[in-house]
Amino acid sequence: MTILVIAEHDNKVLAPATLNTVAAAAKIGGDIHVLVAGQGAGAVAEAAAKVAGVSKVLLADNAAYAHQLPENVAPLVAELGAGYSHILAAATSNGKNILPRVAAQLDVDQISEIVSVESADTFKRPIYAGNAIATVQSTAGVKVITVRATGFDPVAAEGGSAAVEAVAAAHDAGTSSFVGEELAKSDRPELTAAKIVVSGGRGMQNGDNFKHLYALADKLGAAVGASRAAVDAGFVPNDMQVGQTGKIVAPQLYIAVGISGAIQHLAGMKDSKVIVAINKDEEAPIFQVADYGLVADLFEAVPELEKLV
Amino acid sequence: MKVLVAVKRVVDYNVKVRVKADNSGVDLANVKMSMNPFCEIAVEEAVRLKEKGVVTEIVVVSVGPSTAQEQLRTALALGADRAVLVESAEELTSLAVAKLLKAVVDKEQPQLVILGKQAIDSDNNQTGQMLAALTGYGQGTFASKVEVSGDSVAVTREIDGGAQTVSLKLPAIVTTDLRLNEPRYASLPNIMKAKKKPLEVLTPDALGVSTASTNKTVKVQAPAARSAGIKVKSVAELVEKLKNEAKVL
Repeated sequence: MTILVIAEHDNKVLAPATLNTVAAAAKIGGDIHVLVAGQGAGAVAEAAAKVAGVSKVLLADNAAYAHQLPENVAPLVAELGAGYSHILAAATSNGKNILPRVAAQLDVDQISEIVSVESADTFKRPIYAGNAIATVQSTAGVKVITVRATGFDPVAAEGGSAAVEAVAAAHDAGTSSFVGEELAKSDRPELTAAKIVVSGGRGMQNGDNFKHLYALADKLGAAVGASRAAVDAGFVPNDMQVGQTGKIVAPQLYIAVGISGAIQHLAGMKDSKVIVAINKDEEAPIFQVADYGLVADLFEAVPELEKLV
Repeated sequence: MKVLVAVKRVVDYNVKVRVKADNSGVDLANVKMSMNPFCEIAVEEAVRLKEKGVVTEIVVVSVGPSTAQEQLRTALALGADRAVLVESAEELTSLAVAKLLKAVVDKEQPQLVILGKQAIDSDNNQTGQMLAALTGYGQGTFASKVEVSGDSVAVTREIDGGAQTVSLKLPAIVTTDLRLNEPRYASLPNIMKAKKKPLEVLTPDALGVSTASTNKTVKVQAPAARSAGIKVKSVAELVEKLKNEAKVL
């Protein structure tokens, strides 16, 4: 069995989600190869070669792969991946964009967002916004799978010494082109990788009030998240959204401030180790999943919390 | 131009589903069903494109049981012109649905196909991408903005670090994200009018599509329940508990 892991990267840095994906591959067992498709992504390939457990890195360096356009990357992955037993990618916006296209090209069903590996062909994944866990078995010749990062502890980024092999295959479908991107700037830890997450909801009342959460987060070394209500109200940008349609997080500590706890929000954070809820409505559903609940006005409680930690 | 919109009948998003005692699936008997929220956004976007004069005809398609006609009627009431139901009683995988949609695309020849980014029951997030692979069209997934100009469409996509814009040659596939638009409600006169709009029923056999699958759901379980938490009385008590009891600070 040989497993192909698609590296998540921005042509400069190997994203941490790749380490969780390699961890899932290691649970399946077998040789692990990593594909780095990009442009000028030599440094990413070098980083991938050092990842513990990786035996080979394939580097497909071509202008057509610069922005990970699925129309170009998917044929590459399908061509290379046909000889592998499994193709894995992180369930990031990139992995979700590319991998189903690969699966359809290989004419196999995909298994999305696995949270555990039961055996080489059987996996567990959440359905219905995490309200049920399905065990899915695949008889496909090539098993195409996206991996939910929070389900697997990352492997070490150092310690491996894989060879880097250049891949010549170039695919340019010519059906799509990259126009531009706008990335949110943040000095805080990345939401999906942070050990502590502080999230605000509609109860924050406006975007300016998020400064209280930023102050608390900075003191704790935490990332700041938000509920959909806070994003839709324009308090914060949408890449901060935690939930079924946003990011899935599972930090050591999740502090939900002014968040009622709708099913869709819980889907994104209920695997956190410890959940704290601060809400003035003692009937709020968030208290049913919170380990520690504080019924209080957040505008008094958050500054006080910031002082005491 | 013609636009094809795919909609799915799913359990209503407000329903808290229960896993069946025999672990064969979730209990959907007597549970309220609705149009998948992302599909509502897809229908709304098609209707807005028609209102702008970009689109001339909206065909809405669903793959599912005969009861999915209710959701197709809803889409017709929201502004779709006609509907196609590919009737199948079995639970189909995303790949099977994508193959059936491909057959409908071949028949209808739309310039744009709009789907939701994921269905809230299976949470797969696959069908649009798979349909794009099968048709060979470009894909604009997780769209928060769609602008058609000439023979191409610019799609702004929600990605992990922010937003990205791609340009796709038409015909193309777009999947909707939550922030693309705010879906309208169907008015009573439009609900009445929708009853008279054409609705064609097809079968996978008639389309010549095999729905065989390589995936099998072995069992479905309830997630591990969290042990009940406690309410603290003050911030000081909270900090003390986080430091000494939970040891996360």
